[in-house]
Amino acid sequence: MLRAVNIFVFWVLMVTAALAQDAPMQSVLKDHRDVIVKSSRKTIAPAIDAVATSGLAQAQQVLEAWQAKNMWLRKEDELFFRAEKTSSGLYALYDLDTGAQVGEAEKRDLRQIKPNSGIRAMLATALVQFQLSDPNAANRAAALQSLERDPSAAALEPLRASIPSEESVALRARKERLERLLTMAYDPDEAARVAAIKEMSGDLGVDVRATLNPILQAQVQVFDGDIPNDLNVKAMLIPGSDTLSLDQAYDLLVSEGLATKPLTPEDIRKALIANIDGGRVGGVPLVTLDTDAARAAAYQSLVEQGQVVPGVTSDQIGEIVAQYQFAEVYLDPLQPVTEAAERAISSINTRVAAGQGLDLVLDGLSLASIYFLAAIGLAITFGVMGVINMAHGEFIMMGAYAGYVVQQVIPDHTISILVAIPLAFAVTFGAGVAMERLVIRHLYHRPLETLLATFGISIALQQLAKNIFGTQARPLTAPGWLDGSLVLNDVVSISYIRIAIFVLALFFLAVFLFIMKRTRLGLETRAVTQNPRMAASMGINPGRVNMLAFGFGSGIAGVAGVAIGLFAKVTSELGSAYIVQSFMTVVVGGVGNIWGALAGATMIGFFQKGVEWLNPSNTLAAQTYMIIFIIIFIQFRPRGIIALKGRAAGD
Amino acid sequence: MNFLKTTLAAAAATTALTGVAHAADCPVKVGVLHSLSGTMAISETTLKDTMLMLIDQQNDKGGVLGCEIEAVVVDPASDWPLFAEKARELLTVHDVDVIFGNWTSVSRKSVLPVIEELNGLLFYPVQYEGEESSKNVFYTGAAPNQQAIPATDYFLEELGVEKFALLGTDYVYPRTTNNILESYLQQKGIAKDDIFVNYTPFGHSDWSKIVADVVALGADGKKVGVISTINGDANIGFYKELAAAGVSADDIPVVAFSVGEEELSGLDTSNLVGHLAAWNYFQSAESETNEDFIATWKERMGEERVTNDPMEAHYIGFNMWVNAAEAAQSTEVDAVRAAMYGQEFPNLTGGTAVMLPNHHLAKPVLIGEILDDGQFDIISQTEEVPGDAWTDFLPESALLKSDWKELGCGMYNTETSTCVQTKSNY
Amino acid sequence: MDRSFFARNPSVLIFISLLALFTLMVTVLAEGFGVGVISTSFVKTLGKTLCLCLVAIAMDLIWGYCGILSLGHFAFFGLGGYMIGMWLMYERTRDIVVTSLSEAPLPPTEQEIVDAIGTQIFGVVGSNEFPLVWAFADSLVIQLALVVLVPGVLALVFGWLAFRSRVTGVYLSILTQAMTLALALYLFQNDSGLRGNNGLSGLQNLPGLEDVPQATISLWFLWASALALGLGYLLGAWVMSGKFGSVIKGIRDDEARVRFLGYYVERYKLAVFTLTACIAGIAGALYYPQAGIINPAELAPIASIYLAVWVAIGGRGRLYGAVVGAAVVSLLSSWFTGGLAPDLPLGFYTIKWVDWWQIVLGLSFVLVTLFAPKGIGGLVDLWMEQRAPDRHGADLGPDMGSLREKEALE
Repeated sequence: MLRAVNIFVFWVLMVTAALAQDAPMQSVLKDHRDVIVKSSRKTIAPAIDAVATSGLAQAQQVLEAWQAKNMWLRKEDELFFRAEKTSSGLYALYDLDTGAQVGEAEKRDLRQIKPNSGIRAMLATALVQFQLSDPNAANRAAALQSLERDPSAAALEPLRASIPSEESVALRARKERLERLLTMAYDPDEAARVAAIKEMSGDLGVDVRATLNPILQAQVQVFDGDIPNDLNVKAMLIPGSDTLSLDQAYDLLVSEGLATKPLTPEDIRKALIANIDGGRVGGVPLVTLDTDAARAAAYQSLVEQGQVVPGVTSDQIGEIVAQYQFAEVYLDPLQPVTEAAERAISSINTRVAAGQGLDLVLDGLSLASIYFLAAIGLAITFGVMGVINMAHGEFIMMGAYAGYVVQQVIPDHTISILVAIPLAFAVTFGAGVAMERLVIRHLYHRPLETLLATFGISIALQQLAKNIFGTQARPLTAPGWLDGSLVLNDVVSISYIRIAIFVLALFFLAVFLFIMKRTRLGLETRAVTQNPRMAASMGINPGRVNMLAFGFGSGIAGVAGVAIGLFAKVTSELGSAYIVQSFMTVVVGGVGNIWGALAGATMIGFFQKGVEWLNPSNTLAAQTYMIIFIIIFIQFRPRGIIALKGRAAGD
Repeated sequence: MNFLKTTLAAAAATTALTGVAHAADCPVKVGVLHSLSGTMAISETTLKDTMLMLIDQQNDKGGVLGCEIEAVVVDPASDWPLFAEKARELLTVHDVDVIFGNWTSVSRKSVLPVIEELNGLLFYPVQYEGEESSKNVFYTGAAPNQQAIPATDYFLEELGVEKFALLGTDYVYPRTTNNILESYLQQKGIAKDDIFVNYTPFGHSDWSKIVADVVALGADGKKVGVISTINGDANIGFYKELAAAGVSADDIPVVAFSVGEEELSGLDTSNLVGHLAAWNYFQSAESETNEDFIATWKERMGEERVTNDPMEAHYIGFNMWVNAAEAAQSTEVDAVRAAMYGQEFPNLTGGTAVMLPNHHLAKPVLIGEILDDGQFDIISQTEEVPGDAWTDFLPESALLKSDWKELGCGMYNTETSTCVQTKSNY
Repeated sequence: MDRSFFARNPSVLIFISLLALFTLMVTVLAEGFGVGVISTSFVKTLGKTLCLCLVAIAMDLIWGYCGILSLGHFAFFGLGGYMIGMWLMYERTRDIVVTSLSEAPLPPTEQEIVDAIGTQIFGVVGSNEFPLVWAFADSLVIQLALVVLVPGVLALVFGWLAFRSRVTGVYLSILTQAMTLALALYLFQNDSGLRGNNGLSGLQNLPGLEDVPQATISLWFLWASALALGLGYLLGAWVMSGKFGSVIKGIRDDEARVRFLGYYVERYKLAVFTLTACIAGIAGALYYPQAGIINPAELAPIASIYLAVWVAIGGRGRLYGAVVGAAVVSLLSSWFTGGLAPDLPLGFYTIKWVDWWQIVLGLSFVLVTLFAPKGIGGLVDLWMEQRAPDRHGADLGPDMGSLREKEALE
């Protein structure tokens, strides 16, 4: 058996050796074997070029196989093959020149060539010339994508040539857009560039800005005397102004070698240490040199002795800087182009700013709807019934875990979500009713005790969740149709999950309003809230009403849990992250009023996003300031934004 | 007279024997200081199980110095002050010879003063921010130059990234790492304006604004890359939002320093395919020792369990400690420490790890692309990189050097040739 | 007056003598004294527990006596810890830096010393400059004053704002919780200048006392904590036994009536709120040097809620109840979560206390609230044969924080 394999291997060897004679691709690859195996973007360029420019028909297939990580090196003879894993676990080898299968090999006899994504991008760029007019639409799309990511001057002509023959409408539009962008950047004809820039100046795409900005790159330069006329000057800079401070100007002179560095305390220290002479520096005893002033004086005495050069003073800096001219110069020498680009970018920037404003509004709205969804249950239990439920957050968590469990049982994401929402409602409704019956019922009129007792339940439930599901975050995956986002343009977009949460929040607002205003339960709840004794004497059972209302509020918390789990993750601490915010939402909005909760959520959501916008590098700060803001806000409107008036206010 | 002589000789022999036995009181006790409850339990319990597995394996081979090894497991419950209390308990009440433990930097900082006061020995297995060197700690995880710097080099050279978004959770490891990276990138010619830094709280979930900011970075036509020191759960929301925004790894690659096999296990990784992680070990590394290691682990813990980088760090650390104790013929801390320097042990990824006089390991750096089965495709592996306690890319610490063998100092100022301090800064 | 004070509050003398006895026993049995029955780490645990008892007394004063359920007193506790921690870190680092710099060729300037300390303290969190809040960190006297002043002023401002706008009951509880959360989130930020998530560490090493073993230092702190607890108990009992105390209790049970009697209710509330915040700050300043590290996680809202749990389980409205509750629950907690409690095999399932203790605690808390509002203190009443008055189901007063019928004493 072993012998048979040996013979087979030998035979393969013979065949491949023979093939290598008239195997041009193999020999191209062989020439660059080391860099291909090394697989580093820095050194790979010659190998890719060699394949791409080899003029061989098989170049495209080789590059594609290489890009797809399907190219392998056989260790024993160091030849390259395209390999595919067969059902038997071996790898089928295909010759790169002929495409024919030439044998099989075990994985350990082979070495996979793994281009990293940088090299894959280079391969994609090299493939552009083959793929732009490829009969396969997917390949053309890939070529376009690669070109979009890495535009180059050389691609302009082939791209233009490929447009007329393009059949797909979508691809044709992309090609035309790309052609405009490449024209803006690379067309040798100045007028064509200006025209393209003007044409695209209303576009919000990141790609347009990514093309325009490099055209507008400018650099601050120093001129000794007049500025040459052939430079495309953006602006003259006056040292000491806002755009160029004196120090910056001087630093520029230093970096150009036109001036010497100013002395820092560190330089002085080093100079003094270098000149220590028997416990003294420049005649000053060392022990006294513990202030900057003393050190400066010692340095001065060294200067007088001629041992060190004097430093530059701030007066001198001004004088030296004044001898030179400073200007910001465009790297692109064509003034009409830069002018047009400048105009285009400023009009784009105005629209981008507006777009960002709109995006911020959407973000704020999205956050507000999440807070609202988390708080709506609380608006019933706390706002209407006056019961503090610290375990509200854990009901949210229970809903999320219910969704997770359903997803374990029902693999189809769409159906599982449709099952999870009513199930989460049912589970938390049950939990809410049980809690009301067992605990809260005995503590009406004792809100502080309710707070503490429900807190006890909260920590017990949290730990229980940890015991059952572990501390690791559990995934709750949204159905495929909720993936991705609604893209208005490159600046304004919002993910579908957030839209779904927004819709869900609106839906529950409607449900709440319907139940409260249009059903018997709502009527009875309002009656019990306003005057339980009177309600009881009218034949309403307050105990039952309270129980149902509490269950309803808890049930909504469960549904909120599914929604929150979908866009983030499910952990046992999920609820506690929202509990304080939820209470804030209700308190800020105004207790006892669903519109208040809505207003509170909106305000908090927008405020938080606003702070994030002002201070983009620190999200934590936004949360801190939000809470401080709420504390102060409560001072001025202790009853919230929408305060109940008159008898409904209770007291 | 003869009788007396033999008796004396026998007595001397007995003393000698007990002397040897005294050098390693049987059984040898190994403290395991990992949180088994609280927020860090999910990561640290794995390491506790790893330690128990390694100790069992060693006992099967005959223990150390002829003694059975006994594991003393305590639970500091993800409560940082409790780490200090438990460390004191391990060293004074249980009299352990060595401690393997800790995950978070803050827990290490909490334990440091106790370990140094009582002259204990700690093996710390997790990648960390550096800027620390304790006589009593061996850092078997990666220092920044063994993870962050090579990954950044990879971004610069292999992916051609010109604009960086450094996203991190707001705590010490991301803060210090990003600080080092910012300085490093500027030395590499990246303008300050091309580096975007953002910190988010633990468990952050609302990523839409930040992802939009990152996408907007591409507006000046430069290739954008994200270096993520985002910790734990928050990653899930981040990658979800990234996918929702239609950003693929080819557009904006993300390299993460805190996302490994354990974090990905049980997650839907389809959104993450192609994004990168940098570690010193991946489960997918091909070597025979690694296959054995994985097989033993799965046999012990279950088929679905994965291995990760800190586990390898404990694997190397524990074996080095055993070898050092054998070499020193003692488990006494100072003797073992002296024997640790220059200890060599084969990595699971191939090659050899060496313990340096600055208490760090020389280990290879691996960069992997996330696959859809939650494993990593290793696309880059460097030679062994010696760990550096004090980074060369911050002006204050570039002057500092750690060498416990020759200089006996963990914070040695090379400019003034003085030892700043022999205790560590906590 | 003195005699009548102790006569009216027999628990004070009993408590203080028990505390003294306890301290003496621990001292004699501790390692630092040479016997070594009690390990240093357990001495530290006991010392910390005394500090927790002190902050529980503060909580009892504000909740049990004044009826304000503050969910922010652990924030004051933490602030006290931060204030003393700043001095400890600064001074210890300063010693190191001065020694190190004195070997440099040139004597260091003041600025160089400060810069070097900054690098040492903030280097690990990616910065090296001193934030403004560290302005007084070099002065022990000022930082000690700040231990009281910072929580005090914060409580004063917050309380003034809250009481002025008549925020009461659960709203006040939620607002104090929000304050705690805001403070914790603020401290979590690195930009806050207090080393963010890492907090201040190495606090057990007292500057200038490097040669004193921890066994001794732990005893010093035990004595200091016991002294503070004794004084705190005395102060609490004294304040609540006088006329001031009567007004406070009146506010708890029926705020409106006290207001109509002509008292400035807000001022009384503010005074108690601020006083208890100061006590909490002192307790924190003694606690964290024993714990060794303080970080923002200590200030999380849940810690303040646990404080209320201790007081409720011990029995609110009686100082010894707060002390007993804090001591029992915190020691039990560390016993159960420390993995020392034996597992309980049920045959089909083994209860690991590490996992189940929280659930037991949470549920026992519900049960205490529902059925035994007097908490552990109720056992004392049982023994003393004191009964609750029969008020026909009515609480002591209409206010939310008033004592319940079952809690009151005849």
